[in-house]
Amino acid sequence: MAKIKINKDKCKGCYLCIVNCPNGLIKVSGELNIRGVKPAVFSGGKCTGCGMCALVCPDCGIVIYK
Amino acid sequence: MKKKNSKSTKKETPALRVDSSSVVLARPESLYDVENHYCAGCGHGIIHRLICEAIDDFGIRERVIAVAPVGCAVIAYDYWNFDVTEAAHGRTPAVATGIKRVRPDNIVFTYQGDGDLAAIGTSEIIHAANRGENITVIFVNNGVYGMTGGQMAPTTLAGQRTATTLNGRSLKREGYPIKILEMLAVLPGTKYAERVSVHSAQEVVRAKRAIKKAFRLQIEGKGFSIVEVLSMCPTYWGMTPIQSADRIKNEVSTFYPLGVIKSC
Ligand SMILES: Cc1ncc(C[n+]2csc(CCOP(=O)(O)OP(=O)(O)O)c2C)c(N)n1
Ligand code: SF4
Ligand code: SF4
Ligand code: SF4
Ligand SMILES: [Mg+2]
Repeated sequence: MAKIKINKDKCKGCYLCIVNCPNGLIKVSGELNIRGVKPAVFSGGKCTGCGMCALVCPDCGIVIYK
Repeated sequence: MKKKNSKSTKKETPALRVDSSSVVLARPESLYDVENHYCAGCGHGIIHRLICEAIDDFGIRERVIAVAPVGCAVIAYDYWNFDVTEAAHGRTPAVATGIKRVRPDNIVFTYQGDGDLAAIGTSEIIHAANRGENITVIFVNNGVYGMTGGQMAPTTLAGQRTATTLNGRSLKREGYPIKILEMLAVLPGTKYAERVSVHSAQEVVRAKRAIKKAFRLQIEGKGFSIVEVLSMCPTYWGMTPIQSADRIKNEVSTFYPLGVIKSC
């Protein structure tokens, strides 16, 4: 199964990745990052490695592992 | 690409499958690994990356010369790992013309906002297209002057509130939003004009394809190519990034239809 890694301190909290994941696998973190925003976090689950989340990230903050 | 953890059995694989023939890394070589200054959810970040992916796909990083605009993307050269110069507001097509004519083997593109291209630079873009200059134009339409505080642009939609149209753009007072691509399409010098968007993953894939096509036409010496990208400016639309993406889908792209406007 694939998984993603979100660079928490690069994340600006736009959450475009959250609405673009077809499987709803990304959520908002409960904690603030270095910028003072709550970053997106991968919540685990059936990630297909489709890349949708990384495609829309304006800050190149997501890497996909297969 | 750097291997993050060489001991791990998990390999860092290309993150983005952008079309069937090309597989693109999360961060293309042409994009420096630095933070950008753009607001959260700003389309500029996505568009910068797509341009870099296209350049890497063609292996032309060392041949590219970009001309950066005046606008929020004014310091694009801090992000792009290829040669970039700067032009006075709206004049990138004129500067690109000069560079391309002197150095025809280089791949020359302009990156312009809608204030830059459709307001102060209207004359430059029309004449560069009409001369059929063999350059590529990436036109970022976010419907406002982002850099200076969200004033109305010629592309601002009717009724849209901006810093200079507090009650919404009035067609009677401010005139109609300009469809630049449709205007340029009537010029024989324009060889390729496509409008795309970056409001969803699907549209990002299409945007990448269009940007690649525009570069390919220049590489083949076909002439003037322009890609308009509808882009989010959450800050001066007064919306969240997600609302901004929805606004492009539901409003902006109904006025500015996506797709190929001209191809020959
Ligand atoms: C000759 C000149 N006139 C006006 C300005 C002020 N100015 C700076 S950026 C800008 C508009 C930028 O809007 P746009 O091109 O849409 O780029 P965005 O910031 O939205 O990406 C203006 C009017 C300037 N820098 N130079
Ligand atoms: S798209 Fe990128 S910047 Fe936006 S929330 Fe997701 S990881 Fe963060
Ligand atoms: S790669 Fe696809 S399935 Fe996995 S988190 Fe990203 S969008 Fe969701
Ligand atoms: S003001 Fe608008 S265009 Fe400029 S960086 Fe912010 S969101 Fe992007
Ligand atoms: Mg603009």
